[in-house]
Amino acid sequence: MKKDQPQSLSNSKDKLITRIIHHHLFMPIAGLMVVLLSNLITKPDFFMISMNHGVLYGNLIDVFNRGSELVILAIGMTLVTAASGGQDISVGAVMAVSAAVCCSLLSGGAASTNVLQMPILVAAIAGIAVSGLCGAFNGILVAKFKIQPMVATLILFTAGRGIAQLFTKGQNVYVRVDSFKIFGNFMPGIPVPTPIIISVVTVIVMAIILKTTTLGLYVQSVGINSNASRLVGLNATRIKFITYVICGLLAGLAGFISASRIYSADSNNIGLYLEMDAILAVALGGNLLSGGKFSFAGSIIGAFTIQGLTTTLYAMNVSADQLPVYKAVVVVIIVVLQSPIVQKRLRRIQMRRKSVKVMEEGGASA
Amino acid sequence: MFPGVVALDHVDFTLRQGEIHALMGENGAGKSTLIKVLTGVYELDGGEIFIGDHAKPVVMDSPQRAKAMGISAVYQEISLCPNLTVAENLFIGREPRKHGFIDWKAIHERSQVILKALDIPVDYSKPLDECSIAIQQMVAIARAVDMKCQVLILDEPTSSLDDSEVEKLFELMTQLKNQGVGIVFVTHFLEQVYAICDKITVLRNGELVGEYAVDALPRIQLVAKMMGKDFDDLKKIKNDADRRVNYQQMEPLIEAEGLGRKNHIKPFDLSVYSGEVVGFTGLLGSGRSELVRSLYGADKPDCGKLKMHNQEIRFRTPKDAINKGLAYLPEDRKRDGIIDDLSVRENIIIALQAKRGLFKPMGRKEMEEFADQYIELLQIKTASRETPIKNLSGGNQQKVIIGRWLLTNPEYLILDEPTRGIDIGTKTEIQKLILKLAKEGMGIAFISSEIDEMLRTCSRMIVMRDHEKVGELNGNALTQEHIMNTIAGGVKTDEKGSTAELIKQ
Amino acid sequence: MNQMNKWVKTIAEKRKMINDTTFLILVTVTLFIVMYIAGMIIFHDQGFAKPQMFLNLLISNAGLIVIASGLTLVMITGGIDISVGSVTALVCMASAYSMEVMGTSAYTAILISLAIGLSFGIVQGYLVSYLNIQPFIVTLAGMFFGRGMTAIISKEMLTIRNETFRSWAEFKIYLPFGTVNKAGIYQPSYIYPTVIIALIIVALIVFMLKKTKFGRSLYAVGGNQQSALMMGLNVKRSKMMAYVLSGLLAGIGGFLFCLNTGAGFVEQARGLEMDAISSSVIGGTLLSGGVGNPIGTLFGVLIKGTIGSLITTQGTLSSWWVRIVLSALLCFFIVLQSVITSRKRQAE
Repeated sequence: MKKDQPQSLSNSKDKLITRIIHHHLFMPIAGLMVVLLSNLITKPDFFMISMNHGVLYGNLIDVFNRGSELVILAIGMTLVTAASGGQDISVGAVMAVSAAVCCSLLSGGAASTNVLQMPILVAAIAGIAVSGLCGAFNGILVAKFKIQPMVATLILFTAGRGIAQLFTKGQNVYVRVDSFKIFGNFMPGIPVPTPIIISVVTVIVMAIILKTTTLGLYVQSVGINSNASRLVGLNATRIKFITYVICGLLAGLAGFISASRIYSADSNNIGLYLEMDAILAVALGGNLLSGGKFSFAGSIIGAFTIQGLTTTLYAMNVSADQLPVYKAVVVVIIVVLQSPIVQKRLRRIQMRRKSVKVMEEGGASA
Repeated sequence: MFPGVVALDHVDFTLRQGEIHALMGENGAGKSTLIKVLTGVYELDGGEIFIGDHAKPVVMDSPQRAKAMGISAVYQEISLCPNLTVAENLFIGREPRKHGFIDWKAIHERSQVILKALDIPVDYSKPLDECSIAIQQMVAIARAVDMKCQVLILDEPTSSLDDSEVEKLFELMTQLKNQGVGIVFVTHFLEQVYAICDKITVLRNGELVGEYAVDALPRIQLVAKMMGKDFDDLKKIKNDADRRVNYQQMEPLIEAEGLGRKNHIKPFDLSVYSGEVVGFTGLLGSGRSELVRSLYGADKPDCGKLKMHNQEIRFRTPKDAINKGLAYLPEDRKRDGIIDDLSVRENIIIALQAKRGLFKPMGRKEMEEFADQYIELLQIKTASRETPIKNLSGGNQQKVIIGRWLLTNPEYLILDEPTRGIDIGTKTEIQKLILKLAKEGMGIAFISSEIDEMLRTCSRMIVMRDHEKVGELNGNALTQEHIMNTIAGGVKTDEKGSTAELIKQ
Repeated sequence: MNQMNKWVKTIAEKRKMINDTTFLILVTVTLFIVMYIAGMIIFHDQGFAKPQMFLNLLISNAGLIVIASGLTLVMITGGIDISVGSVTALVCMASAYSMEVMGTSAYTAILISLAIGLSFGIVQGYLVSYLNIQPFIVTLAGMFFGRGMTAIISKEMLTIRNETFRSWAEFKIYLPFGTVNKAGIYQPSYIYPTVIIALIIVALIVFMLKKTKFGRSLYAVGGNQQSALMMGLNVKRSKMMAYVLSGLLAGIGGFLFCLNTGAGFVEQARGLEMDAISSSVIGGTLLSGGVGNPIGTLFGVLIKGTIGSLITTQGTLSSWWVRIVLSALLCFFIVLQSVITSRKRQAE
């Protein structure tokens, strides 16, 4: 009996390690660590956070701040991916629409304003509501007409920025009012950047929704097996539709933050390339792009990983319009690793290695 | 793939030149596996295939190879391209060419010749998806025949054909047989087997039951062999079900009047009661699953009425049926039953949760209690309640799904092949559970390919043939002999007669 | 026998609505003619009725015609390629960079363009057909990769001054007809070589699709991949080749596009993938695969061009209306397709 004990102890230790390694958040967190630590090499003070004029400064704060929109988008993208097994590539353009609606309402149609023509809340809600409509449009095409998600959302992907231009009449609408700027910067007296607060609130709200409704279970169920889901009484069409509407609303919120950051609606640049980042965040979070089970926590970690990567690349003097090259490579690597064919091959290699090992051990003991 | 499931176990099969050989067996008997092995779609784990005079076994590693060996197959699911024309479907992949380019003139001419020779009444330039299923089937056969095959495998080719078309197909088969082609014919229509075949091979659970000459195997014996018992054995089965139900004094739970769905199930009348187990029997493809699906609203019926507790109801979606207290365990566990990445717990509570709605989620603790309760009640063997259901064995997966439905506390529980592909022990457990539930007052519909199971548990049996309800047996009329006869299609049981007999007792 | 014939006939009649493929192309051609005639009537004083106006449609869209035809091949197999716009931008930039900065000849620039297109095709084709990854994700990555590479080569706009290149770009081919302008001078109508190249390529693709085994296998794969496999076709190779060809044609089309614009810059051809997909879908290519024809796509491009001309000629509407109208049209056609296919499925 005594003899067994140390072995079982080491066994349980092994088990703990394997359990950690096999936890679904292990890879995402490891990825985030790698990215953040690699920043340390180029910038030794990367993790330094300081107070300056009553607000927090630091590279890490920057990553969280800049990543706020991405976190919000990634949540919506996660739901859409899980339920429909496809992605909404219109989110970047929908952000521009939201910004355009919001800013043109605030400026009362003028190209620039120093006075608000409308309460910010009303304008923000209007922008987010229009984005929700965009989401509903995508949702109808995907859920009702059964069009591939990416084809359906391609329509707004290209038309979205044009629609945004319609609202702004082709100009960059500036809202030079301090009370509007706080949503993308700082609130007076609060050291934490407002976007971080908004993203945290969004995450909490989504967590509450998941807790108080059965949306999470329904979405996963529909995404994994829509036949079986129908037979247990779920309405797959409605559930998919809801996820697209949520995705649209969240894109609208992200667009509002972006607009507030630069206190203007720049239809050509707000949310540019962010659809790719959001998809990447979902994939890096360990969620399958083909749908099914999902993890918000994973996607959020994925979003920060992407933002960290962006920061690193900026630090390496890569300009904004060159970033997509690196991100595209990362996406391809992830989808290749996720592909069942590759996984099967990897498993076969692993098995062969294991059997060789066993044989060697067997040989040694003999 | 679950370990321990052998699709095909040491099966010998011999096809001679100029012979039409029926391959018979119920669901999961291994027919399609055998065909796929012969046509190179699946690789063999063991055993050998010999063709013609070759002394050496051939390696059948791809469909192309099988084709080169002269083996052609026509499947029930038509393997043609719906967007191409009839002519093109006949020749794609082997187009005649002139100067390296496709010779359309030759394709059209040869298509006309082929279609004429086989008497297929269709214009060669028509897109395939504008042809009827029957024509599509015949085009598929024409393609196979034109490829100069030695062996032609027809997998359920007649399920979508009407009588005159079947006759045409038989003429064609006879013609080929006389040319020395060996034909493997898979069908679930017994009359067709006796009309055209020379030999019958029966498979069951992946094993060979035997090869018989058609004349030496009476219909009823064939049914018995397919259903797994020798006819004489069946007589000894004890029936545990209480058959002394006096239907006249009871109010029916669900009544169907003329319920039907085009091409799936012919209109039928049916009354079911609380506390009884009704068996639906018939061979594969007889419409037994389609019947129960139309009750549940899984496939919307297009005619007839449905009443529950004497009130007319209509199920637009399964959800409506669930709300009215119905539950349905589907035939195809993998495709329609389990939600494979979700845990045992989630799979158990999902139906009740769907019934409660989006805004009334169960608490974690409630879910766990429910899950534990049914894991214990049904003795589900799982590492934990959080294990993904895909990691469980087939029998345990099935129990999870039964648990899922029991949790909704249904008034009427439909079980479509709950015991297929699971081990003997679990089978017995499920049978016992069915009887217990019925005793407690639940109405149960039970479908099984195994006749002894049905005899043991059912107090009434509905017999199906060719998408039609052809008989209703109960009381003393519920004997294996009657069932077999009705399935085999000897005599159409007089429904009223047998019911009357029952009520007299 | 007689009875059976009769039976088949009645069924055939019942199912015989209009041949759906022909129906979709008919809608396209009619739409083009109606739009163009409407333009001729409304804007006849602004030269819409002149033959040169029509030729200008071809001239300004020569590159798109080639690119969209390539995309049509991929879509016939049931796939999609949204990287073509970025590939075009990259080809333009690489050509401009090689000629202007590295000082290579215009011929080398052509080779570079082809090589870029081909490599995109090979990599994306491999990932889609051999590793079974969703074409949308793969080509979305390709799209971002191409755009980013363009920015890596140069952020500045590079105008091409290479003489050989200019001589190609400005070589007018006069046609034996023309119009007399207000001053009474005869102006012969003209086209550029790009138009001829584009039309030849369309013709070659039509020929290939109709007359080669490879061409037919694309339709079979798109119609029913499983069946195509069962009938002994090499499905993976066919799909791969479709992407390779699409990439190559994007390279060629990109160069033609470059001849038209004469410059390379990062924002070039943004949204061109949308133009190409819309043209193809409007031209009768089914998104689900199995149906499609470059001739239809050609008309799709012409419709896109006509919308552009109508909006610019009108003058007061801004240019983003072109893309909005085009998206709306695409949406309409996608829903139309979805309705037709679901009706077909129901009929079975």
